[in-house]
Amino acid sequence: MRAYAIRRLLALIPTLLFASLIVFITVRLIPGDVIDLMLSQNDISADKKSRAQLEAALGLDTPVHWQYLRWVGAILFEGSLGRSLWQNTPVTELIAQRMPITFELGFLALLVALCVALPVGIWAAIRQDTMGDYLGRSFSILMLAVPSFWMGTLVMVFPSIWWGWSPDIQFVAFHVDPLRNLGQMMPPAIILGCALSAVTMRMTRTMMLEVLRQDYVRTAWAKGLNERLVVIRHALRNALIPVVTLIGLQAPILIGGAVIMEQIFVIPGTGLMLLDAVSQRDYPIVTGVFLIVGVAVQLINLIVDLSYGFLDPKVRYR
Amino acid sequence: MPPSPLLQVRDLTTEFRTERGTVRAVNGVSFDVFPGETLAIVGESGSGKSVTALSVLRLIPTPPGRIAGGEVLFDGQNLLNLTEHQMQRVRGNSIAMIFQEPMSSLNPSLPIGMQIAEPLNVHHNTPWAKAIDAAKTLLSRVRVPDAARRVDAWPHQFSGGMRQRAMIAMALANAPRLLIADEPTTALDVTVQAQILDLLKEVTRETGSSLILITHDLGVVARYADRVAVMYGGRLVESGTATDIYERPSHPYTIGLMASVPRLDSAAGSRLTAIDGQPPDLAALPPGCAFAPRCRNVHARCGEAVPVLREVAPNHLSACFLHDT
Repeated sequence: MRAYAIRRLLALIPTLLFASLIVFITVRLIPGDVIDLMLSQNDISADKKSRAQLEAALGLDTPVHWQYLRWVGAILFEGSLGRSLWQNTPVTELIAQRMPITFELGFLALLVALCVALPVGIWAAIRQDTMGDYLGRSFSILMLAVPSFWMGTLVMVFPSIWWGWSPDIQFVAFHVDPLRNLGQMMPPAIILGCALSAVTMRMTRTMMLEVLRQDYVRTAWAKGLNERLVVIRHALRNALIPVVTLIGLQAPILIGGAVIMEQIFVIPGTGLMLLDAVSQRDYPIVTGVFLIVGVAVQLINLIVDLSYGFLDPKVRYR
Repeated sequence: MPPSPLLQVRDLTTEFRTERGTVRAVNGVSFDVFPGETLAIVGESGSGKSVTALSVLRLIPTPPGRIAGGEVLFDGQNLLNLTEHQMQRVRGNSIAMIFQEPMSSLNPSLPIGMQIAEPLNVHHNTPWAKAIDAAKTLLSRVRVPDAARRVDAWPHQFSGGMRQRAMIAMALANAPRLLIADEPTTALDVTVQAQILDLLKEVTRETGSSLILITHDLGVVARYADRVAVMYGGRLVESGTATDIYERPSHPYTIGLMASVPRLDSAAGSRLTAIDGQPPDLAALPPGCAFAPRCRNVHARCGEAVPVLREVAPNHLSACFLHDT
């Protein structure tokens, strides 16, 4: 299994090179480049000479493929993702500040999703076609249909109209005040998590229904096990493999959702930084963030693949 | 005085709701199982023999299934009156079951040893370590070679025959007084079938437990059963000792069955005879005797009323109007 994990990690490199190349080029294809923005903002007469000076100062005067090679070289040899074009701070430093916040949001959302999806999905399956099953399924359809940005806006707007309450705008880090931090993080995490739980719950229910009809579940009943043991010990584990796959596939959706939630709830995570960077054409930040997101998604997929080994004894890694 | 029966099934009726209406898979079936004996329930597919077995342990999936009536007296206690919780204490403890499909009846994601040890842990709170030790002994008792190491194996590492041995070990864990084996060898290679049945016979003899052997294989019946119950269309049509059924079959269906099996003592060159027609459609049973459409001795009464079981010889029952004359 270790050899398999190492091989998978090595396979990360070409994937990331390819993905970063695409990001590197596409951010530069967005109409209106950073020089235009800077010049108009600083109100310098946009003559050719100052343009060239600025381009040279920012290192944008060389051809794109050179810039890319320099960028990759800096990662490999200096561990640097370059500097922000506007703030001149190292991108790694900015990401190190912002990324933990986004990961916290993503992790909380995933936790909410699992805490909702697994129990509701299992319950809906073992009480198929009862009131609880219908309620669970209706809830899941509702969460699937409601866009999370709309839900987020509602949660921001209505409590403040009705009760004069709105989430803190001043962000508090988890290690400073865990309770206040969670108070800020939970509303977006619940909204994201519920949206995520919809598909997962339906998959859990479907798989449980299938597994509960298997012969070995009948064997478990014939042994005199109670319902809890039959469901948890004998059925759930076998039903979980597709569910875990699904959760892995949803990781990018989760990250995308976090970007939107950070914007709505003014949480200073990577998402907010990314949106700012895109509108300011701050290329190093955009490429840097996407590189880290790429690594994260790949790692999540690796963890998902490795977890099959624990769920299914027939899976062997070679 | 004969010993009192361990299991008495009286007028057991099990129904399934289907798109084509309610189907009676088991229709007023009664039989006894005495301590230490092997009762074979014989019949073709859809005759209700498996449903009868599942009904005894109340393992009918509900809905669509439902035990509509009757009594299942185990040791004098009606299992149909127990709560689900009380029933759980009977299953895998005093009555254990072995299923037809060893390939799919073991949980693919739990080690063999744990699955065998589970009934001990569940019914007697045996700590897992001790239960797994007991599983080793059980596995070697069902002649799985290298049992001490095999307890840690996974089902997919076992062959079909080995899995069925593991199923038997699991059923034996709590030394049940009644073992129900639902076509235990149907899915196995012919060479393995005899080994498994010999094993079943041997372990039941050792423990003195009774065995209900459900099968469609008349060769198996002749060799292993003490008594035989023949089912057709959800009803019991004939029952008696194995010798009665083989030497003096009385019901036309049983006679037809016997004629369709090759025998060593039949005249050279004689042909096997098949029973004409198709097994009955339970959703559209004819009025009267279900076997009438295929019966060689059919007459007017057969289409009007259902014949009841009557004694044609001591302890030999048959349900046919032929015996009325």
